[in-house]
Amino acid sequence: MNYEFNWELVLTGEYGQWIVEGLIKTLQISSVSIVFAMLLGTLVAVFRMTHFKPLQWIALAFTEFFRNTPLLVQIFFWYFGSYSILPNVVNEWLYDHNFEFASGVIALSVYTSAFIAEEIRSGVNSIPKTQLEASRACGLSFIQAMSYVILPQAFRIIIPPLISQFLNLIKNSSLVMTIGVMELTYMARQIESYTFHGFEAFTVATLIYICISLVVSFLITQYNKYFMRQVQY
Amino acid sequence: MHWEVVWNNLDYFLWGAYPDGPLGGLAMSIMLALGGIFGAFWLGLGAGLMRLSHLRMLRYPATVYIEVIRGTPLLMLIFWFYFLAPIALGRTLPEAESALVAFIVFTGAYIAEIVRAGVLALPRGQMEAARSTGLSHVQAMTFVILPQALRNMIPSFVNQFVSLTKDTSLAYIIGVNELTRAATQVNNRTMNAPTEIFIAIAVLYFIICYVLTSLSRRLERRLARGQGPG
Repeated sequence: MNYEFNWELVLTGEYGQWIVEGLIKTLQISSVSIVFAMLLGTLVAVFRMTHFKPLQWIALAFTEFFRNTPLLVQIFFWYFGSYSILPNVVNEWLYDHNFEFASGVIALSVYTSAFIAEEIRSGVNSIPKTQLEASRACGLSFIQAMSYVILPQAFRIIIPPLISQFLNLIKNSSLVMTIGVMELTYMARQIESYTFHGFEAFTVATLIYICISLVVSFLITQYNKYFMRQVQY
Repeated sequence: MHWEVVWNNLDYFLWGAYPDGPLGGLAMSIMLALGGIFGAFWLGLGAGLMRLSHLRMLRYPATVYIEVIRGTPLLMLIFWFYFLAPIALGRTLPEAESALVAFIVFTGAYIAEIVRAGVLALPRGQMEAARSTGLSHVQAMTFVILPQALRNMIPSFVNQFVSLTKDTSLAYIIGVNELTRAATQVNNRTMNAPTEIFIAIAVLYFIICYVLTSLSRRLERRLARGQGPG
């Protein structure tokens, strides 16, 4: 073993800058994706719970398909293969803007939305059915009952699992390095190929990911404690 | 659409260049997933039981292992083992082996949590009764607690196996010739059918994962029926 550890190289100067830039890009792509994933996931979950069969089937097929295929394959699909199924206008717009970032966001949000839809569905199912019946009986439409009565209650319960989905999303965002989005893992890899000090670079990046996840799980625990105090069953 | 690209390369997607060359494609993905889940089971069982132990010197290392690995992206771990091997062993490890080590270590942490939850889900009285009949803690674990707990954990293990099967696609990045890599190779070679190729391999992964997921759902219902309340 004749490996010289050189932490300074990775932590300071240009390479340290790279790590910071990568972290910022990771947080950027994760937060943009989580917004879209939440919107899409809620939509799919509502589809899943309507009484209109075709919508249910579409939502079911959506969740099953995107949950049961690897994220990496989905990323490649959106990056390499989406041009032939998207309309030309969309393609041109995407090529003019940051195509890597956009396909990364699409892949991450579609994948995560399938999981979020399931979380929301189980959250809504945990609200007693009588709530829906009561609000329908008050004269609210299905959509009104959902948006004013059921979803606000359900969201309170599913915040912890949603946050851990967000955590998964941050970890999964490392995969977009394969299509050239310069996020944290990409930068670590880059430092490895410039300096051959991969061990240090990956350690630093790993520690950053772990810090993020420890902070987030601390928040979940705090929320759970707070929530348990609020609701005394 | 150029679906003939997919049909012409289907054997390459399924088993790579085998028997003329090394095994690859879906067969390789499945091998990685099977090897990974086998290793991860034993690692996870050990770590999960350590996590439950009353001895701090067993509990703390297991907790650190589980928390650290669960907070790290799998991709990071794969790079880690891939670039650590030359430092630790003085020589490079074949790609498939470093990927396999990463899979085992990664999935082991999740299995450990499943084991912990499964053991904690059993009524406390089981352990107390076993201990009071004169069994030692280890005996009670091996003969009373684990056989019951493991049975309840089977659906979770299957789910973990499904996500490992999906995760084997990450071995692509360090150059293991599994399904995703086979697809990108064919894609680079043909250049005209990326949509079809990636849909096709997504479907291949989907078939395997979906069959397993439905199996685990059925098992869950079966096990739930087999056990009355309390």
